[in-house]
Amino acid sequence: MGIGTALALAGAASAALFAGIGSAIGVGRGGQAAAGVVTEDPNKFSQVLILQLLPGTQGIYGLLIAFIALSRLGVMSGAPADLSVGTGLMYFFACAPMAFVGLISAMQQAKASVASIGLVAKRPDQFGKSMIFPAMVETYAILALLVSILAINGIPT
Amino acid sequence: MSDKQYYYAVARIRSKELSLLSASFLEQLLGIKTPEEGLRMLQDKGWEVSEGGNSVSDRVEKMLQAEKKKTWDLIGEMVDDMSVFNVLRLNNDYHNLKAAIKQALTTSKHGVIFSEEGTVSPSVMQEAVASRDFSILPEQMREPAEEAMDILLYTHDGQLCDVIIDKAALEAIYEAGNRTGSDILALYGELTVASADIKIAVRAAKTGKDMKFLKAALAGCRTLNIDSLATAAVEGTDAICDYIANTDYAEAGEELKKSPSAFERWCDNLIIRSIKPEISHPYTVGPLAAYIIARENEIKTVRIVMSGKINDLPEQSIRERVREMYV
Repeated sequence: MGIGTALALAGAASAALFAGIGSAIGVGRGGQAAAGVVTEDPNKFSQVLILQLLPGTQGIYGLLIAFIALSRLGVMSGAPADLSVGTGLMYFFACAPMAFVGLISAMQQAKASVASIGLVAKRPDQFGKSMIFPAMVETYAILALLVSILAINGIPT
Repeated sequence: MSDKQYYYAVARIRSKELSLLSASFLEQLLGIKTPEEGLRMLQDKGWEVSEGGNSVSDRVEKMLQAEKKKTWDLIGEMVDDMSVFNVLRLNNDYHNLKAAIKQALTTSKHGVIFSEEGTVSPSVMQEAVASRDFSILPEQMREPAEEAMDILLYTHDGQLCDVIIDKAALEAIYEAGNRTGSDILALYGELTVASADIKIAVRAAKTGKDMKFLKAALAGCRTLNIDSLATAAVEGTDAICDYIANTDYAEAGEELKKSPSAFERWCDNLIIRSIKPEISHPYTVGPLAAYIIARENEIKTVRIVMSGKINDLPEQSIRERVREMYV
């Protein structure tokens, strides 16, 4: 396997790795806050669970990008393509938006989720609105996902 | 320390804030016909009220103690390192120190009430005083404890003993507040010391104390110049009002002119107003500290209302002492 293929694999791995780390941190923080609310009021379980899970989507997006990149590289079929350094770098940078925006947006979304869990704790009737605040952060993860998909698909095979 | 994030604890506190007493509840409490009615209302709110047997004032006192303990137990359950809240607990330590010294040097063993909410166990405090081994106490408490005990032992001057311990308490609170790195706890320390200094100055002015006493009693803080305050206190209450008119506590002058209790109420309300922004902070130590302060404030207010009702004071007189609520 050449350096180009290794760079492409590093890009695919980083998308899953960094976005996954961000989501793990985010869902963990949301889980702590959710547990705090459920300790006092178990009836709010379903509401806070949804808010806890919102920062988890970045990990899924990272997995999706890694999956698309690995498929195009032929790794999934057991026959990885031997890429030039230039093509490998293209894959690496194509995966980068999802990797870095995934990491940062998941952590920031967790902060918004935790704040929204606090809101639901006090005003459960505002659950709908409380979902919107962390969901706004999701926009940027989706943009990064789109850019990564378009960039990977635009790399000549 | 203030950078530590308390996701679980703050979310849980958000739920607990729903059961804090509101201004409208206090209005209802002020309108009760009998203290028993007030106890029933508080019981409905989830306060621990013991059933029958004792006198109403005993039941109220037990209820207030139980609520105070409940607050600290809740925080202790959620936070591993309670030292961050020392600024809120040190007052209890120094109260216990005073009680232990007076208990050791008087024959009566009755009427001494120790607070369980300090950073040092009351039994350790009693042991230190009884054996005169102050090394088992926190470092900053050793010197004032020894000095206060010597003063009481050799001069029987209870007031000077209190002054030494009270000043040490204020200095410890101020230092603990700044050490946390939390804005709200530092502010609590600052306001506690500043309001205590102003109260001391006013009392000293009214009783004609000299500069030496004031220097011994006033503790330093950022928002007051204690030399100027002491000089003003020697001149009289009007001079104190003139001095504080040029400080952050300018509004306090008007309250001081009304009565000492109006000033105390103003100080408590200032602290409550200062902590209100914590309602929207999601995961720092601030909301936890604010909850403790809010609980202490409502316990104090319920004590004022219930004592007033038990002693059949006019509603207007009780209302003047009622504090603002956090929620």
